[in-house]
Amino acid sequence: MTLPKTVEEASVVEHVWLSNQVRKLVLYAPQIAKEAVSGQFVHLRVADQIDPLLRRPISLSSADAIDGKISLIYRVVGHGTERLSRLSFGEIVDCLGPLGQGFALDAVRPLLIGGGMGIAPLVFLAECLRPAPIEILLGGRTKEELFWTEIFKDNCEQLHITTDDGTLGTKGVTLDILPELLQHGKFDRIYVCGPRPMMEGAAKIAKEFGITCQVSLEAHMACGVGACLSCTCAGKNGKRHKICSDGPVFWAEEVF
Amino acid sequence: MGENMLEVEIAGIKMKTPVIAASGTFGFGLEYTDFIDLNKIGAISVKGTTLKPRAGNSGCRIAETPAGMLNSIGLENPGAEHFLAVTLPKLAAYNVPVIVNISGSTVEEYGELAAMLDVPGVAALEVNISCPNVKHGGLVFGTDCNSAASVTRQIKKSTKKPVIVKLSPNVTDIATMAKAVEEAGADAISLINTLLGMAIDIKSWRPVLGNTVGGLSGPCVKPVAVRMTWQVASAVQVPVIGMGGIMTGQDAIEFLLAGACAVMVGTANFVNPRAMETVAAEIKEYLLARGLKHVSELVGQVRV
Repeated sequence: MTLPKTVEEASVVEHVWLSNQVRKLVLYAPQIAKEAVSGQFVHLRVADQIDPLLRRPISLSSADAIDGKISLIYRVVGHGTERLSRLSFGEIVDCLGPLGQGFALDAVRPLLIGGGMGIAPLVFLAECLRPAPIEILLGGRTKEELFWTEIFKDNCEQLHITTDDGTLGTKGVTLDILPELLQHGKFDRIYVCGPRPMMEGAAKIAKEFGITCQVSLEAHMACGVGACLSCTCAGKNGKRHKICSDGPVFWAEEVF
Repeated sequence: MGENMLEVEIAGIKMKTPVIAASGTFGFGLEYTDFIDLNKIGAISVKGTTLKPRAGNSGCRIAETPAGMLNSIGLENPGAEHFLAVTLPKLAAYNVPVIVNISGSTVEEYGELAAMLDVPGVAALEVNISCPNVKHGGLVFGTDCNSAASVTRQIKKSTKKPVIVKLSPNVTDIATMAKAVEEAGADAISLINTLLGMAIDIKSWRPVLGNTVGGLSGPCVKPVAVRMTWQVASAVQVPVIGMGGIMTGQDAIEFLLAGACAVMVGTANFVNPRAMETVAAEIKEYLLARGLKHVSELVGQVRV
């Protein structure tokens, strides 16, 4: 299925720090906001100049068709995101989207699992899955990385946390406590976005429990619309998938 | 006024504008229909097509560099049969010449591909003898005059379509290569393909690209591309299609002045999916502002 895509001159409505490395950018982009579904992303041109040259793909953390706003939560990691982080209120950013295929929203008892910046698209997903009873499992290295708990607290039944250093929640990684959660919960779907080993591990455990699983993949990409083939990955039976346009959301068995 | 001032004909291919989508940067065109009207662009050179499907290279395939990018896609494509059965019929819905960019690993394979693609709906073939990202064929043919000439001859024997040979910049003397393929029967020459480059991650001490090296494109290569376009256009009689880092109409005009009859826009499509429309509009504006009647009045007019 192909959804309508557009290039929109979006204006900055809000731009705040959520931690010392992570920012939330709210843009007024009514055309994109109207079409977007959770799991999709936008492709931002961070500068008018030719350096940095390429757009930056960033997942949607919300899109509101009514007020026309979209929000993006991103970590300042390099040249492009550093440039992006300098945008201030009222400035215009060239925004291509909404791109890619989103999550399937038919879950009755979903468990959302996120790690690192993979948590960002789950914010939008949680909102879209309501009023289904949602449980969320978040993993981080340390307490400071998990500012997300504030964002999710009103949009879920239960929040489970793991940290590598034990400063918040259970000490360890998400996969350590996943089997136990699946044993006791009555989940019919898990959604995972985070580092690849985490997604592969969660998909494997989900399979053991007979629960359907969607994953959201990440890759370097240039075009964002399925043309350049920078982001393709191998699927089952020699099939090739474009992460930007066939994904980023896939059923786990399609790609792992 | 100025209705037809951008219309050009190259090797029998009639185009509404001299602005063509460069192979590998515009998919098969269909990926961009939400953003740009395919009926309004000069032509589309589709993603490099091989006899059999190819999965391409593993690992990271792109790296951004100052004012440019490196890629090592490795010619991932669904193969010629799929192109003919699935893609070409879809492109028939648009009034735009379709140039099929082909790659082979042997001279015979190029011939076989050319014969397969000698069908209605294909406007021309563009021969990729210069892909830096594949181990067999590709660059091997593009850096040796005799190989380039024999590939060209084989293709000319196998098709009635116009044959555009795309040259590699990774050679010592590009004019000699151009003359060799012209003599072998090329109807037109396009250049430049990407420049071989490399980027290293200083945290891990590893190459950024999974394939270690890749092809450099984008605004950073433009001066090299303009220079080579000028050298080739000065050396051959057949039409030359120039490309390399074109982002604007002004960039395109440099290539035209250097001797190109048309240009290809590549990396810019990633940055602005409507780039080709803008480039064409800016060329027209330039012509009007200077009181010129047709784009051909610029071709090769650099005052050296």
